[in-house]
Amino acid sequence: MTHNQTSAIVESPARWIRSRNRWTIFEILFWIATLAPLYFFPAYLNLASQVAITALFALSVDLVLGYAGIITLGHAMFFGLGAFTAGILSSRYGWGEPISGLLLGGMVAALAGYVTSFLIVRVQHLALIMVTLGLGLLTFELANSLRWLTGGTDGLTGISTWKIFGYFRFDLWGYTSYAYSLAVLFLGFLICRLVVSSSFGLALRGIRENVQRMPAIGSDYKWHLRKVYTISAAIAGIAGALLTQTTNTVTLEVLSFQRSADVVVMLILGGTGRLYGAIIGAVIFLVAKDQLAGINPQYWFLWIGILLMAVVLFMPKGILGGLSRLIRRED
Amino acid sequence: MVLSTQSLCKKFGSLEVARDISINLPAGARYALIGPNGAGKTTFINLVTGQLKPDSGRILLDGQDITRTGTADRVRKGLTRTFQINRLFPELTPLESVTLAVCEREGVSANFWRGLSAHRDAIEEGFAILSRLGLADVATRPTRQLAYGQQRLVEIALALATKPKVLLLDEPAAGVPKDESAMLFKVVANLPEDIAVLFIEHDMEIVFSFATQVIVLVGGAVLLQAGPDEVKEDPRVREVYLGSAHV
Amino acid sequence: MINNIVIVLFDGFAFGMLLFVLSVGLTVTLGLMNFINLAHGAFGMVGGYVTVMLMRQYGVPFLLTLPLAFLGAALVSVVLERIFFRRLYRSGELNQVLFTIGLVFVAAAGATYFFGTGQQPIVLPSWLRGSVELFGIRFGVYRMFLIAVSLAITAVLFFTLERTRFGAKIRASVDNQKVAQALGLNVERIFAITFALGSGLAGLGGALAVEIVGLDPSFGFHFLVYVLIVVSVGGLGSIAGSFLGAALLGIGDVAGKYLVPELGSFLIYLLLVAILLVKPTGLLGKR
Repeated sequence: MTHNQTSAIVESPARWIRSRNRWTIFEILFWIATLAPLYFFPAYLNLASQVAITALFALSVDLVLGYAGIITLGHAMFFGLGAFTAGILSSRYGWGEPISGLLLGGMVAALAGYVTSFLIVRVQHLALIMVTLGLGLLTFELANSLRWLTGGTDGLTGISTWKIFGYFRFDLWGYTSYAYSLAVLFLGFLICRLVVSSSFGLALRGIRENVQRMPAIGSDYKWHLRKVYTISAAIAGIAGALLTQTTNTVTLEVLSFQRSADVVVMLILGGTGRLYGAIIGAVIFLVAKDQLAGINPQYWFLWIGILLMAVVLFMPKGILGGLSRLIRRED
Repeated sequence: MVLSTQSLCKKFGSLEVARDISINLPAGARYALIGPNGAGKTTFINLVTGQLKPDSGRILLDGQDITRTGTADRVRKGLTRTFQINRLFPELTPLESVTLAVCEREGVSANFWRGLSAHRDAIEEGFAILSRLGLADVATRPTRQLAYGQQRLVEIALALATKPKVLLLDEPAAGVPKDESAMLFKVVANLPEDIAVLFIEHDMEIVFSFATQVIVLVGGAVLLQAGPDEVKEDPRVREVYLGSAHV
Repeated sequence: MINNIVIVLFDGFAFGMLLFVLSVGLTVTLGLMNFINLAHGAFGMVGGYVTVMLMRQYGVPFLLTLPLAFLGAALVSVVLERIFFRRLYRSGELNQVLFTIGLVFVAAAGATYFFGTGQQPIVLPSWLRGSVELFGIRFGVYRMFLIAVSLAITAVLFFTLERTRFGAKIRASVDNQKVAQALGLNVERIFAITFALGSGLAGLGGALAVEIVGLDPSFGFHFLVYVLIVVSVGGLGSIAGSFLGAALLGIGDVAGKYLVPELGSFLIYLLLVAILLVKPTGLLGKR
């Protein structure tokens, strides 16, 4: 194998690089399969929308955690900012146009991401985890105290989302919600895929692999980190706004530590640094939660706890990482 | 002079690790920096490249004062180093690693909306550097899988990708068996002529066959700078080496 | 006004001392092994349940349950350390964080299974209840007891660390593990013992906390944030730093909630972020 490969590279190393980012048949099948709930499981469309939204959120975390190596326990901050932006827009100002709501939610989150990124790049290790955690908790408390704006513990009510493109009405069964969420997820995925397969994505992987080397090859890596943090915040904000628009409610839960922790858990579960790990992790996590928590919420904690410990001990690269090692397609 | 230091001083507490170091590196230099363990050789490189800040003194690159410039900026201005202990990107392939360095140099690594393969020139330049160092065969394997000697070459390849005017090699052959280290230094000798090279090396045979000038550092200060033959004969150098280096 | 300030300082300091007992073990183990143990609060929960169950089921006096809470938590921690944690010392921060969070989940589920989700109140002996009046200010007796116990523990800790052979070994290992190992110290064993003692202290803290903050299966989560703040603000491996951090956090928390209740814990988190940005290694941390 190596010999053929070598001669192919000698002819065109650029082509070899491109071949590594080509769409595979598995990917195409995967995205076709995401349409299944619309036709085969209409009873689960609401769950499917939740999964799509959470997967988008998990993708945003994969950018910073899986690619740039920033461990964050406070990313719900950006999800929540997006969710509240869309909610406030509709409930306080009566503007329920979905696409602009998404974009505005993303922009507000991106702004917060840009500002906080200056803090994030200053610290490492435990201090980094604590700063992300602290910022997340801070935002939660702030939202809690700004009752006039956020509704406090009651959350926002009276949100209504207009038809998408003035044409697709949000229906009771959730067809529109799922199609909309899936479409946004797919677009978000395309953006993430573009980002990680660009030269910028290569620089991020360099940071993850050996941040100390980066200045020695002339890299202003802190600027890279700030940028990916901002991009990630924007995507998380869009995911949050999407949740508001498809459920027509926002509560403080969108900003909670639980949400920050859950998203990291699903990402680890699926496997970091490979985008699809974020999506698979969200699917498994939320479907399992739906099934198990129905029986008894406390058992859910037990299962997720055991699952986490098992993944760390036996599958440090997550489910996708474990699978790919089994199939020996990579690594 | 492409690189000059003027009276560099650095103390760690009461320990003087650099004392009044002034050296000049002309374009195309092949200089060796030698001295017993603890003489401050790596510290000197850290000072020049900006990992450490000098207490006093100046560093000039092409006549421009870079004493307060950050490490990454110095690299972009053409002052690059390698490390005594590999600092590579284990999961990236050499091709990706070197391409990354080229992209950083060209300022395209901030571009996140075009695929990496669109930067064809950068990739091909990266591959050319690897080929020149005999790494074409392993260019697409994860770096961590490479033999140690090959990894030492990737260190150099990464540095070359920054298009340095001055290249500081911190024991490029550290940990490499003797027969391989000669090969490694052939690579160093064949580096483009316009690059000024300063290398740290313990093997005197290699030092005397590859260096045109030798700088001897003892106790954080320059003891002597001269041609290889002169250094070989200098009684002070002999004493330093026979007296303490072989402990 | 003065009275109120004194009372806030007093209550805050008492709460801070509680936090100190809960978190000091984590400070030392983090400094020693760089092992991020988010399950530390769960050991506190173990201690809490030991006390509650002993008092309620067997009528054991409160004071006597305290050493047993210490032992119970220490014992559980030793078992877990031997089976799981030692395998994670060399893996990355993320794995440690995730594994120990998983453990907190399991602990919460286990507590629910055995004890239910409800609060577990205890009835203190009469001499610990009520308050005494000094200079016209009423001080809670239990809080005074808390402060006394914590200061005693602090004194014992300082004495152990500064004056005993074992303390010297711990300090050497925190300062430089490689050198300590080269000097023939069995760092792993030192760590195992320290880990057990630290977890035991968390158990004791959990037992002491029942009266102040209550006890339910979410205890491990609830205190995790407080404990982490104490440790990161104080500085890894620094007991004095933890003491300072805990006192600051306790007073800040009580004062904040008393003076500007509408902001909740906002000020605390603001302080946390600000301190870490100025001093990423904590107030008294070296690394």
